[in-house]
Amino acid sequence: MSKVSESADRAENFSDMPDAQGHFGIYGGMFVAETLMAPLLELRQAYEKYKDDSEFLAELDYDLKHFVGRPSPLYFAKSWSEKLGGARVYFKREDLNHTGAHKINNTVGQALLANRMGKKRVIAETGAGQHGVATATVAARLNMECVVYMGAEDIKRQAINVYRMRLLGAEVVPVESGSKTLKDALNEAMRDWVTNVDDTFYIIGTVAGPHPYPAMVRDFQAIIGRETREQVMSMEGRLPDALVACVGGGSNAIGLFHPFLQDSDVAIYGVEAAGDGLESGHHAAPLCAGKPGVLHGNRTYLMEDGDGQIIETHSISAGLDYPGVGPEHSWLKDIGRAQYVAVSDEEALTAFHDVTRSEGIMPALESSHALAYVAKLAPTMAKDQVIVVNMSGRGDKDIHTVAALEGISV
Amino acid sequence: MSRIKACFDSLKQRNRTALIPYIMAGDPEPGVTVALMHAMVEAGADLIELGVPFSDPMADGPVIQAASERALEHHIGLRTVIDMVRNFRQQDSTTPVVLMGYLNPLEVMGYAPFAAAAAEAGVDGVLTVDIPPEESHDLIEMLHQHGLDPIYLIAPTSTSARIQSICANASGFVYYVSLKGVTGAANLQVQAVEDKLKEIRTYTDLPLGVGFGISDAERAAQVSQSADAVVVGSAIIKRIAANITDQTAISAEVTSLLRSMRQAMDS
Repeated sequence: MSKVSESADRAENFSDMPDAQGHFGIYGGMFVAETLMAPLLELRQAYEKYKDDSEFLAELDYDLKHFVGRPSPLYFAKSWSEKLGGARVYFKREDLNHTGAHKINNTVGQALLANRMGKKRVIAETGAGQHGVATATVAARLNMECVVYMGAEDIKRQAINVYRMRLLGAEVVPVESGSKTLKDALNEAMRDWVTNVDDTFYIIGTVAGPHPYPAMVRDFQAIIGRETREQVMSMEGRLPDALVACVGGGSNAIGLFHPFLQDSDVAIYGVEAAGDGLESGHHAAPLCAGKPGVLHGNRTYLMEDGDGQIIETHSISAGLDYPGVGPEHSWLKDIGRAQYVAVSDEEALTAFHDVTRSEGIMPALESSHALAYVAKLAPTMAKDQVIVVNMSGRGDKDIHTVAALEGISV
Repeated sequence: MSRIKACFDSLKQRNRTALIPYIMAGDPEPGVTVALMHAMVEAGADLIELGVPFSDPMADGPVIQAASERALEHHIGLRTVIDMVRNFRQQDSTTPVVLMGYLNPLEVMGYAPFAAAAAEAGVDGVLTVDIPPEESHDLIEMLHQHGLDPIYLIAPTSTSARIQSICANASGFVYYVSLKGVTGAANLQVQAVEDKLKEIRTYTDLPLGVGFGISDAERAAQVSQSADAVVVGSAIIKRIAANITDQTAISAEVTSLLRSMRQAMDS
């Protein structure tokens, strides 16, 4: 906790970050080929204009309320808290949003922006398919052409989400290059954008990529933390002692964390995927076990080898299976405002089962990583302390993975 | 005087447009590269762009992506590429060599150790695809300290303000990306390229190279009317990919393509 107070004493102005060029300390920035600089600067200008535009914000609020179903509840997990025997644990129920995860908060916002900018075609990358589905959903509603890039390996693992996207009218393009997973889908989406830059809007699904994406996606996701703040004040009469969220690219986490960064008494924990264990090398935990580098338009912690090549990641959760992380998380780690930990596949699965059985809520495997850390943290805290964990998505999409691990065919 | 400047000065005197082939270091296997560089010079190349393999080549089309993957199977990293240039320099002290690749390998090696090692080995310029001038200050300073030219891309989407700022940071030559797209995309529009080169020339006296989408001798000849250099990448790498197991055939096919381009450009 001392580190947290120290950084607060230095009066970091969290709401002023990033700087005009998109830097969070040494992280972030705009590291793209020259062809994309003009469209990124155009996007930055449009976003700066509309983020304070009352008509734009009113339309966004309307969509979040009536299309997404916000506000999402803050739920007191009474029986699981009692079982853990420590702090009172609350779930922020992003799993109850339309399409089943927090991803839609961002795609609704970016689609409105695309519409304002007169772009008729949207593209997206997706790993597990949640962001792809959330993009296809908003594109269907706004009658935009939609192309989703997805690694060929992920397409095999996530057949249902692929079909959902196609039902919604999106074209799903298999990516056969590199490791055929999320990072390669992002590369391919960038290649599409560079080719079709005049009429295309790239809806990035996480708080990574070149500026202004990390700031823009954070701002669209910060509704999670703003609602949590109000809800916890009305339910507990005070701020929580700790926030916990899983971190792949880190959009659900930054969305919960950001409105609390100035509150130095609120401890913040981001949970990465340790896969088979950090020591095994088979994981997806750049903040816990990586080094800073440059990938996908920003400087951030990465999983890379001694030559600077990006290495393959492993996690049971496709949504966490990414070798980079949003640059704001890298900065929060370095200044000590947030702590980043990792839990293994096995620990996440245990939490998945425990929460499903004790609360009647089936979490996504991504969210199960955050829950697994809560299971360690809560027992170390007093019974009158409060933890809020982001239930970032629902687990229906993962039941095939869980069943297969138990040798059951569904 | 830098090797790149000397090269372009001499070409200008002879009223000749530079032919710049691009190959990926270590593709299809490390033993091919240096010999192929010499063969390309013999066939009329004036300057060589040597690709540094990267796991995530975002600006490249499928042909160069595959070349990168073939080289990475042999674990070709930045240090190995620099060694290849040192090896090339044992027999060729005049043909400029520009390394072309992505930023992360330079970040991991460190700008200072990279610039020192590259300069010592005989590298002349460094083209880093994913670092615009806005982020380049530290890198440029280090390259300049070691006498290396930072080569920059200008794109069809670059505004005149950006063109000015890029030209202010560049040395050696400036590389105009002839189309919106990745390397090896469809053929470029000659007239549009000519118009853009005219605009760029109002901001700089540096030689202007044109690349992305030059696939045959006819296109090379057309572009050489207005450009100071013609860059050919994917068209060469396709010929390498078609002859992966036959080093003699690789050299024969690549040099035959370059000769046909050279001939068309000079006539």
